[in-house]
Amino acid sequence: MSESSSPLEPSAASAGGPACCPIAPAEIDASCRLPLVVIFLCAAVWLVLGSAFELVASLKFHAPGFLADAAWLTYGRVRPAATNCLLYGFCMPAGLGVALWLLARLGRTRLAGPGLAAIGAGCWNLGVAAGVGGILAGGSTGFENLEMPSYAARLVFLGYLMIVVWAVLTFHHRRERRLFVSQWFLFVALFWFPWIGSTADLLLLTFRVRGIAQAVIAWWYTDNLLVVWLGLVGLGAVFYFVPKLTGRELQSRYLALLTFWMLILFGSWGGIPASAPVPAWLPVSSAVATGLGVVGVVAVALNVYGTLDGQCSKLMSHPSLQFIGFGVVAFVIGGLMSAAGALSEVSHVTQFTWFTVARGLVNSYGFFVMVMFGAIYYIVPQLVGLEFPSAKLVRAHFWTAAAGSLLVVVPLAAGGIVQGFKLQDANIPFSDVAHSTLPFLRASTTGDLLIALGHLMFLGNLAGLVVRYYRARAVSAWAAATAEIKPAEVSP
Amino acid sequence: MNYGPLVFLAAFFALATSWCGFVLTPQLQIGRLPQAHTVGGAASTYPVARPGLAQQGMEVYRANGCAACHSQQVGQTGTVLEIALTEAGTNQPATIAALLTLAEGSTDHAPALSLLAPVPSAPSNSTNATILAGLPRAFLRSSTREAANAAIKTLDATSAKAQLWIVPVGPDLARGWGERRSVAEDYLFDRTVMPGSQRVGPDLANLGARLPDANWHLRHLYAPRLEVKGSVMPPYRFLFEKRKIKDRQSPEALALPGDLAPGDGYEIVPTQAAQALVAYLTDLHADAPLFNAPMTRPATAEATTSTNAPAAPGTASTNAAPTHAAAP
Repeated sequence: MSESSSPLEPSAASAGGPACCPIAPAEIDASCRLPLVVIFLCAAVWLVLGSAFELVASLKFHAPGFLADAAWLTYGRVRPAATNCLLYGFCMPAGLGVALWLLARLGRTRLAGPGLAAIGAGCWNLGVAAGVGGILAGGSTGFENLEMPSYAARLVFLGYLMIVVWAVLTFHHRRERRLFVSQWFLFVALFWFPWIGSTADLLLLTFRVRGIAQAVIAWWYTDNLLVVWLGLVGLGAVFYFVPKLTGRELQSRYLALLTFWMLILFGSWGGIPASAPVPAWLPVSSAVATGLGVVGVVAVALNVYGTLDGQCSKLMSHPSLQFIGFGVVAFVIGGLMSAAGALSEVSHVTQFTWFTVARGLVNSYGFFVMVMFGAIYYIVPQLVGLEFPSAKLVRAHFWTAAAGSLLVVVPLAAGGIVQGFKLQDANIPFSDVAHSTLPFLRASTTGDLLIALGHLMFLGNLAGLVVRYYRARAVSAWAAATAEIKPAEVSP
Repeated sequence: MNYGPLVFLAAFFALATSWCGFVLTPQLQIGRLPQAHTVGGAASTYPVARPGLAQQGMEVYRANGCAACHSQQVGQTGTVLEIALTEAGTNQPATIAALLTLAEGSTDHAPALSLLAPVPSAPSNSTNATILAGLPRAFLRSSTREAANAAIKTLDATSAKAQLWIVPVGPDLARGWGERRSVAEDYLFDRTVMPGSQRVGPDLANLGARLPDANWHLRHLYAPRLEVKGSVMPPYRFLFEKRKIKDRQSPEALALPGDLAPGDGYEIVPTQAAQALVAYLTDLHADAPLFNAPMTRPATAEATTSTNAPAAPGTASTNAAPTHAAAP
């Protein structure tokens, strides 16, 4: 196999392609600077907004009347607003930003169309703003994870295309022809979303299908977005950063490709809940595919463990690695939770409970968001050539995020199991079931608070870095503009 | 080596199979589902389109994200066969003897014996005439068709008449959330299908049958704890309007007790949105017996709820009248 198994910096031997004049990494970073700064900064703002909405939603379990008299702050609007801020405000653009940078770096080529990609990011964020505003105003579509009204969803979709076309061109123009596994994951993710997004938009919002087929398509979309898209981008980053930051080779390219195949072949068949009022073959095949997906999860665990050579303490050596290591562990736990949920004995208890929410959070927050934090903490200093204003704040963010996500997920999962067993016993009145989950939900509020605190630290640090960089540039530009002109320079 | 096109084709293939499996096939199979015919009793088509106001109410339900806390899908763990006595017949002592024999053979005696409720002190003295109240009523559960048929034969021999009822069971149904599992047909005419994934609140699939009182719903939306003690549902007061009473109180005004009542000269009236939402909630019915979700709905409502609930006095149907007369 002639494929490279390491993302380490250019070896002279890699000149299989037309590497007439290798482009320095700094030059590649400079080409990525504008779009990535726009993308990451906006994403951080959505993260803070999202956790504010999440806190409001969470506080309603302490007092149902809290902020209940304003229509736009009712639970059924704030909760989807929070998830949409997280998913479309942070996860997807951050993933795209990381993908742009990785494709440029791994292809050893400049980012194509950086300015236009930044405009695409603007379009995306405009769409998310319209979408979140639309949800709060009561324009939700009613489909889970697809709540943004159609006008906003189309802006978001357009923004996605405007960013991704440059990612594909960058991939096409790569000077390093040999592919690293991360590129497999990222490249496939790029075009996965246009397909699922357009299907969902056309069949659910534009030309509505009839009856419960709507729900089936919504479940299919959700699964392909949350499991496959987030999985592809997140794992693409993991397989790049873990070897890179530990200075080792990825243990097995074949294990990584096994993960890739399992994810796109079986991950895309999940998502139909066992309870769904649809013909039985749908939930059954979904459960089988989810169960098989565990092979890919185990392959990730083995691969990362092998790459670290069993020395997991190495994950603590670099702040970015801490986040990414946490993400890998969460990915494995989330995968095992999903596989367990595929068993009908388990899904019988966990369906309709907070356990499914906890499982979703392990995947989307514990895995994906944490990996993105790690990647952004590594990438942005490279882009601007400066270190983060406060390294302490980065470490503090890790600990608040780690503790916060544990404090959200563990109570929700435990509460969900209690809720599930009580729901199965018809002798327990429903109000008792609802009340038994309240202590768990209230405990998870502390986790939400910690997470929100971490997001503020992240935004502060990132904004501080960007401001510092652009101020330095403005100062030097001002100095250059106002510099005294020496007579020698104006002489003919 | 350039694997780019290969990767693209691989992903294209994977997503195309998934799309065919979970988008195209379901659309072909259930997306074009016709109206179904109900089974048993008078056949009719199901479902029927919701009234206009209820359709508007569904938009209120969607806009306010009610589905974040309420599912609209009930499950069942299986079905059981119940044997119901529909007519006591003319030879009552034989009927009672047969009932007692059947009761002894079953694990749960109570339903069968409750048919003989007026003389619980001497159920073994079967030759004494007793009252068979509340017919038709199920008195025996059977898991197999053979056992059920045998029981019916035993009763038929005594000139009594018995029927076989199909009764779906499961925790959701035992909570009274529905009478059978939800099926694809239930959602056929909904503009937006919101089956929900969370049960922070109870399931609403069959809410209209369970709680048909519109005023209950309005009061519950305004102040949930007024109707459900300790409810965790937030109040939806933005769906109501506080206004000054002009000439006389509006007939729509909510009757609110104590500190919830608006000040003197004021009244709380539901807005159009609240009226529509309540019309939708009371229109939620998923209880038609269908071929793929069979169930038997007995003629009297009381008999459907539970087999082991004691018959309320005065619920005896007209079928029971001759029995009363026959009692000495």
